[in-house]
Amino acid sequence: MIIRGDEPEQLRLLRRLYKPGNYFMQGNEALSYGALFAGCRFYAGYPITPSSEIAETMARELPKLGGYYLQMEDEIGSIAAMVGASWTGFKVMTATAGPGFSLMQENLGYAVMTETPLVLVDVQRSGPSTGQATKGAQGDFFQARWGTHGDHPIVAVSPTSGQDAFWEVIRAFNIAERLRTPVVFLFDGVLAHTRERVIIPPVEDVEIAYRRLPANEEEAKLPFGDPHGDGVPPMPLFGHGYFTHVTGSTHKETGLRDVYTPEVHDRLVRRIHRKIEKNREVYEKYEEHFTDDAEILIVSWGVTARPALGAVLRAREEGINVGLFVPKTVHPFPAERMRELAKKARAVLVAEMNLGQMIIEVERYVNDDVLLKGVNKIGGVPLTVEEILREIRGVA
Amino acid sequence: MYFKSAYDIREKYLRKEMLPTIFCPGCGIGSALQYTLRAIDDLGMNPDEIVWVSGIGCSSRVPGYVNFDGLHTTHGRALAFATGIKLANPDLKIIAFMGDGDTSAIGGNHFIHAIRRNLDVTVILINNFTYGMTGGQVAPTTLRGLKGTTAPYGQFENPFDIAGLAVAAGANYVARWSVFNYIQGINSIKKALQKEGFTLVEFLSPCPVSFGRRNRMKTAPELLRWYQRITVPLNKAKKMPPEELEGKVVIGEFVDRDRPGLIKAYREYIKRAKKAMGWEE
Repeated sequence: MIIRGDEPEQLRLLRRLYKPGNYFMQGNEALSYGALFAGCRFYAGYPITPSSEIAETMARELPKLGGYYLQMEDEIGSIAAMVGASWTGFKVMTATAGPGFSLMQENLGYAVMTETPLVLVDVQRSGPSTGQATKGAQGDFFQARWGTHGDHPIVAVSPTSGQDAFWEVIRAFNIAERLRTPVVFLFDGVLAHTRERVIIPPVEDVEIAYRRLPANEEEAKLPFGDPHGDGVPPMPLFGHGYFTHVTGSTHKETGLRDVYTPEVHDRLVRRIHRKIEKNREVYEKYEEHFTDDAEILIVSWGVTARPALGAVLRAREEGINVGLFVPKTVHPFPAERMRELAKKARAVLVAEMNLGQMIIEVERYVNDDVLLKGVNKIGGVPLTVEEILREIRGVA
Repeated sequence: MYFKSAYDIREKYLRKEMLPTIFCPGCGIGSALQYTLRAIDDLGMNPDEIVWVSGIGCSSRVPGYVNFDGLHTTHGRALAFATGIKLANPDLKIIAFMGDGDTSAIGGNHFIHAIRRNLDVTVILINNFTYGMTGGQVAPTTLRGLKGTTAPYGQFENPFDIAGLAVAAGANYVARWSVFNYIQGINSIKKALQKEGFTLVEFLSPCPVSFGRRNRMKTAPELLRWYQRITVPLNKAKKMPPEELEGKVVIGEFVDRDRPGLIKAYREYIKRAKKAMGWEE
């Protein structure tokens, strides 16, 4: 039987198991509880540092909720099993890190092409290759965007704390369900293993979405059509008697394969893009601090947004007009807001735990007369307030 | 028992708009498909409750031709996708239609682990000893000395015995026939479909265009005659010394047992979880 996560019995179980209040826990645990509140009842994964606590938490909690935890033979199999489960109606998640994320790219593309809702957590670690397996990084920004082959859109969400991970993973599930798309959750090894205060809210405070199902036989026969005009087709589930055919090959609105007609491919891939582009209000999210009068703008994301805020507060004390812009949905990038803020600034600093990735995206929205500079650090140790502050002073 | 004409089977189960198939003249996949559909028909199974899963390759096109729920996935991954479907909705019967390269090369790991878990699935395996769709390259099943475009002087590696691999990994039911053995084939599929846990029916299946042509067997009848020469029934094989079995392919029912399937095992596991919580005795 399908568990959507919003049935009265499920809500009763959640209330009984997870009492609202203050907890002291790892980011990985907070994220896992968020997923359970979001309605995730199927997890397939493969252990990898620094994500393993997510698998362990889900393995402990899901059976209590009647859900499924499955440890697959590798990451390729993990995302494959998730896609299968999603087509029966479950909300599904997996968590991995760099090397595993690389292996998942194959079927992440499959999920994009077949418009399968799922949440793929990448706890970013220091790479390339095995790198510093236990250390955090933010080096997968573009892997999340362009890791799988071919023209494709992607939605990627990145939180800034354990508490934020709890709420943001719920948002990631809601985006996946509303837009019938895979969502990448860019966590990182630092936040994953940081223990801090996390407030578990009452179940009633959590709003969750569920995918659109076919309203009638006609809609069910067009699992890749656009009957509602928003680019998001209703999803007929396996076992409901619709004889739905799902393929990663180019397919018509009916789901049947047609790789020979150029227009069919064009129509399909353009609609999948339009679905993401036109529904910006479903996923666009960013945070701003002191941006009203900011002459110097810091752009940062994920774990680095925290020392960045600290540096901004200190610089403000020194009388420097500096502000902070934190995209929470990093793909698609909040382009319009970025452009507006960059117009008012004379310098833009992009702070991140890599050698300059989000800065390439930022560069597209910043005029040539604005000083654009990266604040970068690799090696597994996060940027500090002092390091970012020094850069702010340097351009003040 | 098999009175229905192939025409009736076609009318009842195939998506007419997807025909003709991509299968070459003399290809054996259509035969294996027909056996599978006949088995479903004979058993009176409800098509609403069946999902066909496949990977990539000629045989993997089958879910597109049959009018059922179907998931045509990535190369080698069919059984991993199937694991998710079956676990999430145990009421569904899963049929995985796979090729030998799909199963034993790129999908080898998923294959042995699906069997180890005793995933409740029926695999119909098309073994044509070659990569047919890509034009006849050697596969992990190509027998020593046989030619392919990537071993033009004859295969120098050892072949996998996929059925043997399945037996060793713990499958509940494993049988191998050539598509020539149609009665045994249909009966085996029927048996497989009714069992819990992992079941596999392997078919030696002619590929005259990509494989036979390069091995002096240009037509399906030549390939079928070759199967008659190289196949040895299991009973006979048991009495033969190993050196005589060199280069032969044993056919028959290799195993038929009733170990608990993954679904049953997971249900027990959920009970253990609830017991640990003090919710159930």
